[in-house]
Amino acid sequence: MKYTPGKADSPRQLGLGLLFGVAFGFLLQKGGVARYEVLMGQFLLTDFTVIKVILTAIIVGMLGIFSLRALGLVELNVKPTRYAANIAGGLLFGVGLGVLGYCPGTGIVALGQGNYDAIAGITGLLAGSYLYAETSGYLASTIEKIGNRGGIMLPDMLGMRLAVFLALFVPLLIVGLFACARLAP
Amino acid sequence: MGAWSPYLVGTLIGLLSMATFYFSNKPLSVSTAYARLAGLVGKLFAKGHTENLKFYQETKPKIEWGVMLVFGMLLGAFIAAVSSDEFAGAWVPVLWEQRFGADLGLRLGMAFIGGAIMAFGARLAGGCTSGHGISGALQLSVSSWIVLACFFVAAIATAHLLYRL
Repeated sequence: MKYTPGKADSPRQLGLGLLFGVAFGFLLQKGGVARYEVLMGQFLLTDFTVIKVILTAIIVGMLGIFSLRALGLVELNVKPTRYAANIAGGLLFGVGLGVLGYCPGTGIVALGQGNYDAIAGITGLLAGSYLYAETSGYLASTIEKIGNRGGIMLPDMLGMRLAVFLALFVPLLIVGLFACARLAP
Repeated sequence: MGAWSPYLVGTLIGLLSMATFYFSNKPLSVSTAYARLAGLVGKLFAKGHTENLKFYQETKPKIEWGVMLVFGMLLGAFIAAVSSDEFAGAWVPVLWEQRFGADLGLRLGMAFIGGAIMAFGARLAGGCTSGHGISGALQLSVSSWIVLACFFVAAIATAHLLYRL
């Protein structure tokens, strides 16, 4: 089950991708997080559905992935940390998200549930992606070089052992989720 | 709120994330698929130019696992919407119309601009709400927690500028 970059995905993996996508799209729709009102409600701080879904997924996934990894069944795939690009890109993304009201995943889901304004959002996503590719050579030699730390993880940064970090962080996230449920039912 | 509890949906997405790691050795992520599709469109108009761009030398414009994931999401969302009788069939969201009116051109124009800014930001940051926000955060990636915080800060500020001024 080793993935080799550059090698084309097998028909089985393409089928699995489609299947996982059906499940992911189905769940996002059922959670209501692809509705413009729900997403904007999160950012206007009147509806906390989005945070509840993300935080629950993070807690369950975190326990699951690190358990599977301890059993030697999966490998991690940690994205590189580049402070300047992460911060600038994250802020730009947030501005776009506030304007569009769907993220890349929920934009597709919005279209699937019949919110046709997502078509303009998706077209914009394609255009913005190509614009990035146009400037990727320049960006890679400038902003993406600043604060480049590679695939570091939170426990590395704090100098803690993974198990110790998880034993503290997971309960903290669970408390956060309970606080969310309590303050914004 | 959706048809299902956010805690149930979150739990199932967490389990789905375990499944993609185990069966496909990949995290759930969406925005790269848009970039690959944009590259495929670019190749139709300017093949050599597109293939020579630094980004497309590393991220090939092709239909692969992640692109299939996005196609699947469209289908899954449709099934879910129909099954709970929530198919919208609408061009302008209700909340948007209350604030900015029913003008379709304004909504579509702003949606296009928002999408373009968001995609540029996603590529610069290295991922979106799925790749960083869920998959990266659950792997304790430092970049993902920084990016997730930035998403929220900027989106909250933008939403308040649009709706509370």
